[in-house]
Amino acid sequence: MIINHPLLGPRDSAEFVYMGDASLIERPDPEAENAADQFHDYAYLRDNPAGELRELWFHEGGDRSWLVVTRDTRTHEISKVELARDVARSKGRSL
Amino acid sequence: MHNLTAITALGSSVPSVDTVDGATLCENAELALASVHARIGHETACRAALADLLDGRVPDVGKVILRDPEAAFWTGPDQWMVGAPYETHEDLDAQLKARFGASASITEQSDAWACFDLQGAKMERVMELLCPINIRAMQTGDVQRTSLHHLGCFVIRRDPSDWVRILGPRASAGSLHHAIVTAMRSIV
Repeated sequence: MIINHPLLGPRDSAEFVYMGDASLIERPDPEAENAADQFHDYAYLRDNPAGELRELWFHEGGDRSWLVVTRDTRTHEISKVELARDVARSKGRSL
Repeated sequence: MHNLTAITALGSSVPSVDTVDGATLCENAELALASVHARIGHETACRAALADLLDGRVPDVGKVILRDPEAAFWTGPDQWMVGAPYETHEDLDAQLKARFGASASITEQSDAWACFDLQGAKMERVMELLCPINIRAMQTGDVQRTSLHHLGCFVIRRDPSDWVRILGPRASAGSLHHAIVTAMRSIV
């Protein structure tokens, strides 16, 4: 499987470590009133779709960047690769 | 004042040199290193300070600015490693901090890395045995981080282009050296 790194180009997936569902970068606000409920969902609840899934990959054997990879779980086809920090910044974080 | 004796990454008083036909591996104990990481919101100022240090240039993705005394290579988004001769830049991190101020986080790296220079006509074949990067597609001034012998290393293609500099974790310098020398001896 080849992951097309947004900065470094096509790289073998063996250079990467799978780090779970991309929703993990959406950490709830610990000061929120229902923080306990939100953190329960954040920690334990995952969708398991037969289809497109957004997931985190860490380029451990490369430039150590975190990526958000959109992958089809039925075919392993990768349709989109973004830097996780760009995803966070597009939502107004890490600015 | 303690009276300490400096040793190289491999633990000797003199840097090791290994030669096989067509490739020479030299331990390099003359390199001071410091990492530069732009602070959030200060990326422009950090790049300006880096350009000021490097004759107006900033290393692009996967690139090295080879120059004396300070050189630098890209390590990640808004991150670079700066190198300089240890003899004149033992306090490289302090020198850089004075230049970059609050625009970047500077971390001393000299004692974190072991540096090996591999040079010779068979260098490419040795590197092909050691790591998955396409060394033949790299040119002078290119850098990639990869795994050598399960160790995360930076590989810099230098001038002349039969020369690569390998920066690996200093705590595993012996294992890295063993792996490179084994690969050198495996080339027929």
